[in-house]
Amino acid sequence: MADKPNATKNVLIVGVGGQGVIMVSKVLAQLCQADGHDVKQSEVHGMAKRGGGVFSHVRFGPKVWSPTIPEGEVDILVALEWAEGLRWIKHLKPDTGTFIADCQKIVPPFACRNRKRGAEPAYAPQTPEEIIDQVHAGYVMDATGMAANLGNAKASNTVLLGALSTVLEFPEDAWQDIIAGTVPPKSVEINARAFAEGRAWAQGGEKRIDVTASGLHKAHSEVHHPQVDTVVEITAEWCKGCDICVKMCPERCLRLNGQLKAELALPDLCTGCQLCSWLCPDMAIKVTNTPITEPAE
Amino acid sequence: MSHAQRQETAEPTAAGAARPMTGNEAIARGVWEAGCKVAAAYPGTPSTEIMENVAGYPAEDIHAQWSTNEKTAMDVAIGASFAGVRAFTAMKHVGMNVAADALMSFSYIGVNGGLVIAVCDDPGIHSSQNEQDSRIYARFAQVPVLEPSDGQEALEFTRAAFALSEKYDTPVFVRSTTRLSHTRSAVVLGAREDQTGRAFHDLPAKNVMIPAHARRQHGVVLERERRLTEMLSDSPFNRVEPGQGKVGIITSGIPYTYVKECLPDAPVLKLGVTWPLPDRLIRDFAASVDRVIVVEELEPLIEDALKAMGIAAEGKAYFPREGEFSPEIVHDGFANAGLMDPRSNAAPFEFAPMVRPPVLCAGCPHTSCFMALRALDARVAGDIGCYTLAVVEPLKSIDTCVAMGSSIANAVGMAKAGTETKPIVATIGDSTFLHSGIPPLIDAVYNNADITVFILDNHITAMTGGQDHPGTGRTLRGEPSPRVDFFELVKSLGVKHVHKVDSYDIATMQQQLREAVAHKGVSVVISDRPCVLDPVKIKGPAMEVAQESCIACQACMNLGCPALTWSEEWHEGRHKVQIDPDACIGCSLCAQLCTSHAIKPIAEPA
Ligand SMILES: Cc1ncc(C[n+]2csc(CCOP(=O)(O)OP(=O)(O)O)c2C)c(N)n1
Ligand code: SF4
Ligand code: SF4
Repeated sequence: MADKPNATKNVLIVGVGGQGVIMVSKVLAQLCQADGHDVKQSEVHGMAKRGGGVFSHVRFGPKVWSPTIPEGEVDILVALEWAEGLRWIKHLKPDTGTFIADCQKIVPPFACRNRKRGAEPAYAPQTPEEIIDQVHAGYVMDATGMAANLGNAKASNTVLLGALSTVLEFPEDAWQDIIAGTVPPKSVEINARAFAEGRAWAQGGEKRIDVTASGLHKAHSEVHHPQVDTVVEITAEWCKGCDICVKMCPERCLRLNGQLKAELALPDLCTGCQLCSWLCPDMAIKVTNTPITEPAE
Repeated sequence: MSHAQRQETAEPTAAGAARPMTGNEAIARGVWEAGCKVAAAYPGTPSTEIMENVAGYPAEDIHAQWSTNEKTAMDVAIGASFAGVRAFTAMKHVGMNVAADALMSFSYIGVNGGLVIAVCDDPGIHSSQNEQDSRIYARFAQVPVLEPSDGQEALEFTRAAFALSEKYDTPVFVRSTTRLSHTRSAVVLGAREDQTGRAFHDLPAKNVMIPAHARRQHGVVLERERRLTEMLSDSPFNRVEPGQGKVGIITSGIPYTYVKECLPDAPVLKLGVTWPLPDRLIRDFAASVDRVIVVEELEPLIEDALKAMGIAAEGKAYFPREGEFSPEIVHDGFANAGLMDPRSNAAPFEFAPMVRPPVLCAGCPHTSCFMALRALDARVAGDIGCYTLAVVEPLKSIDTCVAMGSSIANAVGMAKAGTETKPIVATIGDSTFLHSGIPPLIDAVYNNADITVFILDNHITAMTGGQDHPGTGRTLRGEPSPRVDFFELVKSLGVKHVHKVDSYDIATMQQQLREAVAHKGVSVVISDRPCVLDPVKIKGPAMEVAQESCIACQACMNLGCPALTWSEEWHEGRHKVQIDPDACIGCSLCAQLCTSHAIKPIAEPA
């Protein structure tokens, strides 16, 4: 079925709001249309401006019906951000799909919510090596880095377009013309070079991982932080109920009780940061952190 | 869309040319081509870009405006129709709830100049508070609803809708969905029709709905529906696509494309008008096959009608009644119906993807408002806008959110119930306040409710992408207009305790809120700080975290500012914080929260 001569080609472009997912898909859609294909490009961007994920389906061929690509039918997945690529990777055609990703990480504030000692960001832990191992063809490039070296990190999209151009059969000039007509006039030059670099890089093999991306996301899993036992003692007689600690506790685990005295209402949330004890004008709060010594092996 | 873009109304693209257009752009083009003279709307995803694009056509051709709400927009269009020109309004599905009062009676009256209503549904709830099916409104109001399947049809149906409206003396719906509205495909353009206006029809029996007139008009509406039903069996809007096999599919809109994707050779009755239904055409189609399967998103409107006609239609037994369809879902439905093999679900990647919820922008003026409300431990009746994002951690301070403009009256009810021990606060954005917040505030004053209303004036309709409203002092075409003064407005309603604050000054704002809450009766606090994204992107010098001073308490992270992340440095087992200088707009809110004074503007190179 995949090799039906007239089958629709499916390209899925994903990233985070503000990265230029729509620019990439518009360039591709224009190129396909200029080449005489029927094209549909579909995106849902309700939350795009608020830092959520953005994705755009581009389908082209003699006649395109559905605006969206069925799961498992994506010929090429282009990811402008690493974790967004992983979100969609199961949509790739298992035997023939190509994965093209920028290794750049955009860590959402949501991933940095755990204040427990030793906590790491809740960011996708998968490494480029294990992912590339499982796809038919794949490129994990440092598109942002390459673009930054050329003088404008924002041209990373165009670097990815360069890589994409090696997998589709449109002439290089046609790509360059449409990109030149899409980007702001003063950055035509830089984008032309970004495209050429991305293209050259991807021509270096069917599966490639940039050196900077290699081993990514394993960076400091070795850092070890001893766990501590935290005890919060509040001397009720000294507390005058000013509620400074209640307002300033980052975990919001303190509250004023019926007698207007501070108390630790949610001890499980307390991370032992000691902020309350430093801020209390009456020195009514004492926080002690005792390391839990692990039993010798 | 910026004003600059809007104002340079390019010469409309020539007829005959094919251009990639979204469904919304194509609907706007259809409006212009039909010679429409007056268009009004209130923004709402996924419909917003329709009116923005209508405003891209020359002002001499068409008057385009933002109205304060959907009912007002509908009434403006109705007025233009009375006056004899073609008129248009667009809204999201829930906007129809607001406009419905005018629609229901106007259906009895009928049109003078053709009147077309674009309603955009949101199956899958990409950006809404429910997924109601607007086709039911069309049935309820007994007006025709056209359902295009792609950009080309969006243009052609919209254009044809005006002629249909005039021919049958009825308002006409064009129903889109998020998928159609936001999908780009090639559209061949036509020229603008020359529509000279008609004179006002001096017909009180038709134009003035008093009971005696309405009773008579109701009969006219029923007869109109009968004539439409008859005509639609032979109309090019509805077509039979013959195919192989004895299972016939009836479908419409975007689901038609999924049907063609899955079963390209099956016999299909494609309905371009889903209300009223073409009785004769459907019966003939059903008689030509052994089984009839209806594929429609959301409600079983067609299926139920077929069953009422005595046709053994199948549909919702295989296809969900909720959520957005996709080729996968339609495939699964056909598999359940025995028409296709099940999909193979060999998913090689088993891991759960990272959560990336939408967040308020870096420097969003709403951020500190909700920090303050959380610190107040108030019971907060929320409303709809960007600020609804404060319902989740780390701001987590909104307790309810119903529909546009609900917050203030919800707070009144909570106060009158007498069960609440916490202070009761309603939060409402500027655009929402003008949309439907003023009558409930009058209600609160009138009934002396002990509540605090927090008006979050960010000088724009932000959630839907930055549209002007009467509080911005600019119209849809970017022309200056008088600016609503919220402070004076609120005072004039009889509110005694009114204060304006800058939400970038956390301490003062907290103080003002505390005083407002302590005030018995209605108090209003207006936070006055522009949105950082629209109408202009605000970017001040970025702040930085001095790593040597940061104690990793992460109190600043409670803002949820997306510019704040963990750095590679640690303090007592916790990550210190750093600021992404490209994302930070320098609002200084985090610096105001930092107890160790670690956050300062990036030092200028000496
Ligand atoms: C009846 C109705 N019409 C339109 C919408 C779409 N909508 C959601 S939020 C919003 C505007 C919010 O603007 P504002 O109150 O100023 O808050 P902001 O987003 O600027 O913070 C609109 C138009 C809706 N949800 N319901
Ligand atoms: S668009 Fe404006 S109002 Fe909405 S989150 Fe961003 S800054 Fe806040
Ligand atoms: S100053 Fe702080 S809170 Fe404001 S945008 Fe920058 S990092 Fe975010």
